Amino acid sequence: MRHAFWLVVTFDAELAEIALRSLRVTLTALVIACIIALPLSALLAVRRFRWRRSVIAILNALMGLPPVVVGLIVYIFLSRSGPLGALGLLFTPTAMIVAQVIIIVPLIASIAHQSLRDLWAEYHDLLISLNVSQFQKMRTLLWDARRALLTAALAGFGRGIGEVGAIMIVGGNIDNATRVLTTAIALETGKGEFALALALGFILIALALGVNLLIHWVGQTERDSRW
Amino acid sequence: MVTELFPLILAGAETSRRGKRLVGPVDLSLDGQGLCVVIGPNGAGKTTLLRLMHGTARLTAGRINWACDTAEARHHQAFVFQRPIVLRRTVEENLTYPLRLRRVAKAVARRSAQEWAERVGLSDLLCHRAGVLSGGEQQKLAIARALITEPALVFLDEPTASLDGRATREIEGILSHAKANGTRLILSTHDMGQARRVADKVVFMLGGKVHETGPATAFFEDAATPEARAFINGDIVE
Ligand SMILES: Nc1ncnc2c1ncn2[C@@H]1O[C@H](COP(=O)(O)OP(=O)(O)OP(=O)(O)O)[C@@H](O)[C@H]1O
Ligand SMILES: [Mg+2]
Repeated sequence: MRHAFWLVVTFDAELAEIALRSLRVTLTALVIACIIALPLSALLAVRRFRWRRSVIAILNALMGLPPVVVGLIVYIFLSRSGPLGALGLLFTPTAMIVAQVIIIVPLIASIAHQSLRDLWAEYHDLLISLNVSQFQKMRTLLWDARRALLTAALAGFGRGIGEVGAIMIVGGNIDNATRVLTTAIALETGKGEFALALALGFILIALALGVNLLIHWVGQTERDSRW
Repeated sequence: MVTELFPLILAGAETSRRGKRLVGPVDLSLDGQGLCVVIGPNGAGKTTLLRLMHGTARLTAGRINWACDTAEARHHQAFVFQRPIVLRRTVEENLTYPLRLRRVAKAVARRSAQEWAERVGLSDLLCHRAGVLSGGEQQKLAIARALITEPALVFLDEPTASLDGRATREIEGILSHAKANGTRLILSTHDMGQARRVADKVVFMLGGKVHETGPATAFFEDAATPEARAFINGDIVE
């Protein structure tokens, strides 16, 4: 335990690298997932198209998709003989990002859709009366629900940063290349290096909490200055 | 350039939902003069008729014709709902919203918002969240937001239904000011006192149909139908 603390306090270079990689992979995946999920959820809220219900049901079902399975599917697609094998992405951080995007898009879209749907019910008559375009409707909803969307993004981040299974499969846990906090913890624990595993665990928790607090603080200051 | 919306003509206009006729058939013609009040008991179809004219309820039979193109006419209309709908934004942002939709520059929109806030007595609340305002303040906000684009016609659905006497008088003041500036108003109410105070023309609705229409003075002094007379006297009309 003491050793674990020591490793964190001295800020071991290798630890730092692993932590930064974790953060980079998950934050990139989060940004991409938000770019996909938020407009999609807004569209599902404001537009009555034929497959709307099915899309929502699928999203909700995908939310419960086991990450390991996602990892497996991405692996098959990216492996040398797979349809996207030519890209040579397997065992790279990009592959890990792809897997994480697939895991968190349904989560963010489902949570976001719920709050956007409620807001749409509230705004519906007004926006229809003002004759606003589809795009403006979505923009208004996304902007006015931004705090709830932040929470959705946080949930996505939490799911991504703590995820092991998919990343292990498509990233391969290669030292100096695709090793991130969670896969390193799994490895070190397996080797019986509990001090190192614990140190990595501390950092993981600190990162998760830190990003949460940061985002909350951003939301907070915004509220103070505007409301 | 002022677009002329009137006369508005409804011919056999109906709206139904799941095979049930909510309103109609309605034959009605409104010219460009004065303030028109739609009265009638609860469930008579006042809200639905206003929505139908505004174009937010589906016309399932008949015609509604404006003097100009319908889309063009819609652009010059605004609607104030029975229960005020405010955006989850500040009072100022609520007021600038319709202007910003019309690509009015930010600075111009803000100045206009301040002016209108002043006019309806919300100046002190400009940077408050609209959701924390009282019902009366929200309604005033909704009215100011409707008037801010200087529409040719504003529909108001029972704008003072849940307000006390003072707030009602304030709102009637705002409305008569708008009317003096040439804005056409069509409002629904079941407050007979208000109808008498503001109406130039009355449309009396009953059971989803227009039961009687006429100039306000004639209607209140000597309504043609017994139902209208009973309603004016405050009796229950079936
Ligand atoms: N979307 C809808 N679906 C089904 N029925 C509806 C719908 N909208 C209105 N109605 C029905 O149509 C009738 C007229 O409703 P409307 O809201 O126009 O009445 P109103 O005169 O405005 O009443 P109030 O004075 O209570 O506001 C009512 O019986 C109502 O139940
Ligand atoms: Mg009504």
